[in-house]
Amino acid sequence: MKLKAFSSRTAKEILRDPLNLGFGLGFPVVLILLLSAIQANIPVELFVIENLAPGIAVFGLSFMTLFSAALIAKDRGSAILQRLYTTPLTPKDFILGYTLPILPIAVAQCIVCYIFALILGLDITVRLLWSIIAIIPSALFFIALGLLCGSVFNDKQVGGICGALLTNLTAWLSGIWFDLELVGGAFKKIADLLPFIHAVELERAVLSGNYEDMFPHLYWVLGYIAVTFGLAVFAFLRQMKRQ
Amino acid sequence: METIKISGLTKKYKDTTAVDGLDLAINEGELFALLGVNGAGKTTTIKMLSCLAKPTSGDAFLCGKSIVKESGEVKSLIAVSPQETAVAPNLTVRENLELMAGVHGFAKEKTERKIAELTEQFGLGEITSKKAGKLSGGWQRRLSIAMALISEPKILFLDEPTLGLDVVVRSELWDNIRALKGKITIILTTHYMEEAESLSDRIAVMKDGKLIITGTAEEIKAFAGEEKFEDAFVKIVKEAVK
Ligand SMILES: Nc1ncnc2c1ncn2[C@@H]1O[C@H](COP(=O)(O)OP(=O)(O)O)[C@@H](O)[C@H]1O
Ligand SMILES: [Mg+2]
Repeated sequence: MKLKAFSSRTAKEILRDPLNLGFGLGFPVVLILLLSAIQANIPVELFVIENLAPGIAVFGLSFMTLFSAALIAKDRGSAILQRLYTTPLTPKDFILGYTLPILPIAVAQCIVCYIFALILGLDITVRLLWSIIAIIPSALFFIALGLLCGSVFNDKQVGGICGALLTNLTAWLSGIWFDLELVGGAFKKIADLLPFIHAVELERAVLSGNYEDMFPHLYWVLGYIAVTFGLAVFAFLRQMKRQ
Repeated sequence: METIKISGLTKKYKDTTAVDGLDLAINEGELFALLGVNGAGKTTTIKMLSCLAKPTSGDAFLCGKSIVKESGEVKSLIAVSPQETAVAPNLTVRENLELMAGVHGFAKEKTERKIAELTEQFGLGEITSKKAGKLSGGWQRRLSIAMALISEPKILFLDEPTLGLDVVVRSELWDNIRALKGKITIILTTHYMEEAESLSDRIAVMKDGKLIITGTAEEIKAFAGEEKFEDAFVKIVKEAVK
């Protein structure tokens, strides 16, 4: 009941920001259209929709981090959180209320992404459904990262770190646009240690139906969820106490 | 009957003592003003009393509950309208009120009744479906106080409720606050002398975290030997330096 009231507020604040919707939904859609248009006009197979769509679906999740971090940082900077801290809401209510409502938004974004992919020639199979479910672990990671960033940074820093740095990390270190094997070296090693490429490979494995290829990527993503969520809860509680 | 009993309440930050050994008793239904210039320690006092900040030492009892040991119980007795406007900007006026009812776990019926009551009391009727972030400063303040009152608190803290508002809006807000007098215990902080004088039953003057005098406006004027409250305040604060 209390949690529901707080969660619905989180969802409203995010969904009613036109900039959020424009970027969060619009940007991935524009990318998928643009890259497919490029593919249509070049002879080599660079952006095949079966590979591109899962990549863009994961890339779109980086905006979930931005949304949640921006909301939490802004709330911390204003007095609304102070007011809510004096109500019977518990720390658990705050943490769940800031994270749970973002999950359906993330899933909706993934669905929109696949709808455009279908228009661009992706086959309709039941694997699409599994792919949408398989996005959930990655979504949880990005949402937990949002809670962490929102608890640690102020809203200006969130704009730079989540808005610029994270979206670029997700874009370049995930193998969405180019095969990281081709780059190799330190670049590939770093990418392998970060969760982004694993999230994309997991999604690609499910969409292609090669389910055994989900591993070890799923483990990487689950590990990153555990670590990030742990740190996020710690950081959130710490800033709550410091009020 | 004493609703609030503060004893030796102290808050130290690294190198400043924001509140220094505050002792105070506030009666049920009283409108009590904490008056002081910027940096006197008013907000810090409110933050401790509303369990947002832990006292370095000392304690306070609200309806007999300790802010240190029984913060859960204390939170169910109080409501705060913070110094900075605390409304959810992308929610409408009505949704902001619903949010407060929701986080207090009110059933639908009670929520509706409280919203109707407060909308009427604060004249919010015409703006219920406007986004809170789009309201003028005065209306945001009114909404902020209405949000605090949703939970039917026994004690209401108003931290600088009219800060930065123009005189007309301020006087309207004073009427709203006066209408609450006697029903609940209110602690209001302000650095506007006329606000403290015109609204409150008793006033405590704070300076550098310390309480320098407590009494009615009349008593404070008599103590300072001044006709006007403003002169009395200035005199008392200046003399406290020595
Ligand atoms: N979080 C904080 N950290 C360090 N110093 C603080 C903090 N909050 C308040 N202070 C200091 O405590 C003193 C009292 O501040 P405050 O209670 O906000 O005064 P008022 O509300 O009367 O203007 C000021 O000197 C202020 O700088
Ligand atoms: Mg203050």
